[in-house]
Amino acid sequence: MNEILEFIGNNLQITYILILAIFVGVEVIKSIPAVLHTPLMSGANALSGVVIVGAILVMLHADPTDYVALSLGFVAVVLGVLNVVGGFAVTDRMLQMFKRKK
Amino acid sequence: MGILLNIIYLIATVTFIVGLKMLGHPETAKKGNLIAAAGMGLAIVGTVFVHEQQVPPLIYILIAAAILIGSLIGWLIAIKVEMTKMPELVSLFNGFGGASAALIGLVEYSKNVNNITQSTTIVSGIIIGAITFSGSLIAWGKLNGSLKSVVRIPYYNIINNLVIIGIVIFAAFMVATGVDSQLLLYAFLASGLIYGILFVLPIGGADMPVVISLLNSLTGIAAAITGILYNNMVMLVGGILVGSAGIILTVAMCRAMNRTLGSVIFGAFGGAATAIGENKALGSIKSTNPSDAAIMMNYANQVVIVPGYGLAVAQAQHVIHELEELLTKKGVNVKYAIHPVAGRMPGHMNVLLAESNVEYNMLVEMEDINPQFSNTDIVLVVGANDVVNPAAHNNPASPIYGMPILDVENAKHIIVNKRSMNAGYAGIENELFYNSKTSMLFGDAKAALTDLVAELKNM
Repeated sequence: MNEILEFIGNNLQITYILILAIFVGVEVIKSIPAVLHTPLMSGANALSGVVIVGAILVMLHADPTDYVALSLGFVAVVLGVLNVVGGFAVTDRMLQMFKRKK
Repeated sequence: MGILLNIIYLIATVTFIVGLKMLGHPETAKKGNLIAAAGMGLAIVGTVFVHEQQVPPLIYILIAAAILIGSLIGWLIAIKVEMTKMPELVSLFNGFGGASAALIGLVEYSKNVNNITQSTTIVSGIIIGAITFSGSLIAWGKLNGSLKSVVRIPYYNIINNLVIIGIVIFAAFMVATGVDSQLLLYAFLASGLIYGILFVLPIGGADMPVVISLLNSLTGIAAAITGILYNNMVMLVGGILVGSAGIILTVAMCRAMNRTLGSVIFGAFGGAATAIGENKALGSIKSTNPSDAAIMMNYANQVVIVPGYGLAVAQAQHVIHELEELLTKKGVNVKYAIHPVAGRMPGHMNVLLAESNVEYNMLVEMEDINPQFSNTDIVLVVGANDVVNPAAHNNPASPIYGMPILDVENAKHIIVNKRSMNAGYAGIENELFYNSKTSMLFGDAKAALTDLVAELKNM
């Protein structure tokens, strides 16, 4: 319990952003019609690939002789990019098909 | 430099929120997706190039190679995949995102063992990433049929709880002692992987979309945790957006399927299967043929089509679109009634019909179409079963009792296309088929609809 309070005290800004982002996420998604749930799921899935930023940071900070860190970082970047590019591309493909009668 | 990168991240974060918001409307959805993608690209390029560190060229080459390989594979999968395979694809990609988060944690762990806040975030990132990875792969295997649908593990609840308690103690131990052992670190990773498998293995195929949505949300949380670790706002906000979006979708899906999240996670669907066996008192079945069905539709004012996943299995989406166009040309008012969980994931049927060029404004959602059934002359049910089962309204003993359904029995006449009299996905008898207003059009959906279209063309 003390640790949690300490964390909040030391990271007040992050805590605020965290809470506010939760509300933004809920508000943005709440009104989305069921028609778009599949593209939304795959689009959100692509967004979760933002973890790629962390994977790149791992590689940038790695010691060039630390092969373990480099290989783990390499795999992390490949998987993250796969998630991002594949996710956005397939969402786009789906949404291209949605047409409205004139 | 630091300020520039932060501004880039800020812009990317805004594109995520705007993009997600725009994804919520059919007219802006495509643009919204592209905006979010552009923001993501910006964040990636910024992370690689905008910093003051001395980075050896070798590392740049490796990063470029990794990005190239990942983009190429991701893009190839995305353009090749069939639209019916969407649930598998989302869970596969999701697993990759989780794995990425877990790998980051593995690298960062030994550098941060002395800082309790940092090591807590790292340990949580590893465990959530690992659970998402193995869980998503199991979900993927179940959806593409390579894993048996429901696997029963003896003493599941006990084992499951023990594993959860074990993981929590393990995590607390690692954080508290700050032990810097690679062996323990990998054992910890393995415990997360095992839990992911245990978590998804007993869940039935029908509930898989809920699981994918939940795992998707977890990947977002893993990304957000990594954001806290690096004090990086784009990862934090992006991850949380996905996390809360995933939770909202999960809850919406559970509601549409008449399930609670707890019953999806802790109880196998259809395990009780009490509803089969009382089908004798339901009455007799009336069957019809394409030519009679065509005559009825030809003289109808309003026809509502209820498509289910069986339609896509039979590859009949194009024929149904042809039927709909033909009827519209003959002056019949045609609509599609879409149940929120029609298809294999929510909104899936809309995608499948869109692929066959059906305009999305012809697809009417459940709440809007239900009051219209009483003015409908003919309802054509193709490949759907549980979502039109009146037992949801009037049989408290049925597992689907209380589930919102399409009230097709209010229409003047119902034509149901089915291969045979087998029960639906949930294995429940459907009294709609025995209704005096119902005629059964037996046969493969594609063949039956093709015949129907041919008959209509001759009129």
